[in-house]
Amino acid sequence: MSADIPEMDSRLERLPLTLRDLLTAHLPEPWRWIAQSLIAIAVVLAAFGLLFAFLTLIERKILGRIQNRPGPNRVGWGGILQPFADAIKMLTKEDIIPRSADPVLHYLAPVALVSFSLLSLAVIPYGRRLVALDLDSGVLYFFAASASSELAVFMAGWAGRNKYSLLAAMRALAQLISYELPLLLSLVPVVMLAGTLSPSEIVAAQSGWTFGLVPHWYALTPWGFAGFAIFMVASLAEANRSPFDLPEAESELIAGHLTEYSGFKYALFFMAEYFSMCALSGMAVTLFLGGWQSPFAALQFVPSYAWFAIKLLVLLLGFIWIRATLPRLRIDQLMRLAWKFLVPLALINLLTAAFWHLSAGWGTGAQPLRWGIALALVAVPFVLIGRRLSSGLGPRTYRYAAP
Amino acid sequence: MLGTGIFKGLAVTAKNLAGSFHDPARFVTTQYPEERTALPENYRNFPFLVSEEEKDPMGTLRCVACQICEKECPPQCIYIEKSKDKKPDANGKMQLYPAVFEIDISVCMSCQICVEVCPFDAIKMDHEFEIATADRFNPLLLSRERLAKPNSYFQRIRPAEASEVDSRLAAARKAAEEKAAAAAAAKAPPPARPEAQTKPATERPDPPAGGVKTGA
Repeated sequence: MSADIPEMDSRLERLPLTLRDLLTAHLPEPWRWIAQSLIAIAVVLAAFGLLFAFLTLIERKILGRIQNRPGPNRVGWGGILQPFADAIKMLTKEDIIPRSADPVLHYLAPVALVSFSLLSLAVIPYGRRLVALDLDSGVLYFFAASASSELAVFMAGWAGRNKYSLLAAMRALAQLISYELPLLLSLVPVVMLAGTLSPSEIVAAQSGWTFGLVPHWYALTPWGFAGFAIFMVASLAEANRSPFDLPEAESELIAGHLTEYSGFKYALFFMAEYFSMCALSGMAVTLFLGGWQSPFAALQFVPSYAWFAIKLLVLLLGFIWIRATLPRLRIDQLMRLAWKFLVPLALINLLTAAFWHLSAGWGTGAQPLRWGIALALVAVPFVLIGRRLSSGLGPRTYRYAAP
Repeated sequence: MLGTGIFKGLAVTAKNLAGSFHDPARFVTTQYPEERTALPENYRNFPFLVSEEEKDPMGTLRCVACQICEKECPPQCIYIEKSKDKKPDANGKMQLYPAVFEIDISVCMSCQICVEVCPFDAIKMDHEFEIATADRFNPLLLSRERLAKPNSYFQRIRPAEASEVDSRLAAARKAAEEKAAAAAAAKAPPPARPEAQTKPATERPDPPAGGVKTGA
């Protein structure tokens, strides 16, 4: 397969594929293909496994700093080995299955959840020609895989035969199905304008720079920015992250659908949450932030997978920052946000994208008008719907206490 | 506008994150085993027995085994056995002493009532808090050998209270010496009348100095 690597790429850019070819060069044809696929799987698993381990550490460190304390700093140098200590602790803990639980479902739920979230990692293009499975309908596959995790969450809630688990599972279903809608609606414009469902081609459609400085990422267009914002809010909810972590709201539901889980199975749920967070962030990078493209034409010498990693990390840090800032929503607020705010905005965003597509032929003089109309189509509905939703809700007036 | 509050909140947390690297006010935790904050003087944990000399703690305990603390202790965690003989106390007066003095600190609730009722300033609250053990029986049943700590230790952990106690005891000792001198000069048994004291005498069956029966 070394023939399809053009020599124009830098040596660093070609490094992953060169290594892979070096390992598999001596194999006959069908075996080489299988070996290459296995190597891709192993690399994705190892990379995201390590990312998961250190993301938990980074998250705890950052949350600690934000709360005026240092975070874990005992294991290793400044706490760098904390994830491994956690792993050993989780693995050596007793695995408890409640007597009245459904043992098969109880066992299957964490496995299913992790495997669904791993499935969605397959189609993300991590770099130029670095995609484990280059499907033509990769976006469709991605959201099918991530949507089936709802099944596993409900399985977990049902199997424990615990009221907290079941309540959490019902909440999780309601939340995940509600947020599936704005999530998908927000990426429809991308598919419309790129004209393809293949992640690699969507990234290719965002290539190029204006004056070598402003990249042609979708997030830098009015409709793309709105779509990106809706996508990020909905993916917070899809990944069960704060402030949408209602399914495992510990102050209300003990640990939600994780109540009856312990030891390694609990660790698997935790892992699946981070995998799906990484997968959704990776998809957001692919759809809206130009995938592995560099932000400036002058910075193209940095390999594409490094750019992807940087963008992914920025989004993940954003997730952590939001978790440190916002309190959890109430279930009715959650539903209202999805159905009365995000879904209408996502639908209007379709119109904005359509306008942007149809006005693509306007001349240079009409560009300010084009941007003005598109920005108004984004901002005016946001302000109007937001004002209508929050009317009568605040700010709170204190009649008796001094403010 | 909707969403502005979120950005204000994000700014607050970002300020805290950045501040934790350069602003001590935004990074307030003490790394406990390596660094320690000074305990406030009135911090209290479990009682200890005050002895006058560091060299001979068992011989110079202020406790005279009057058993008031044992009787007053709400959870009854103090156990005292009186001695058969008597030893001179700091004032040279013959007193009983505790042959056994035990406090079960797994029962003690740190109420400080023993300290408040003690007429001899013999029991005080300690600052020691690193007392975790792997065994919940014997290591938590403190004998008088483990309870006894010298007055210099008391001076170190509670300087204000200790100096107040010391000056009071010194005054009492001086009064006892004067009285002994006066009695020696008069060559007569001392009159059986209570004397003025620095501490109220109402709750004291056997004050450390100026006693009515065994004085001089």
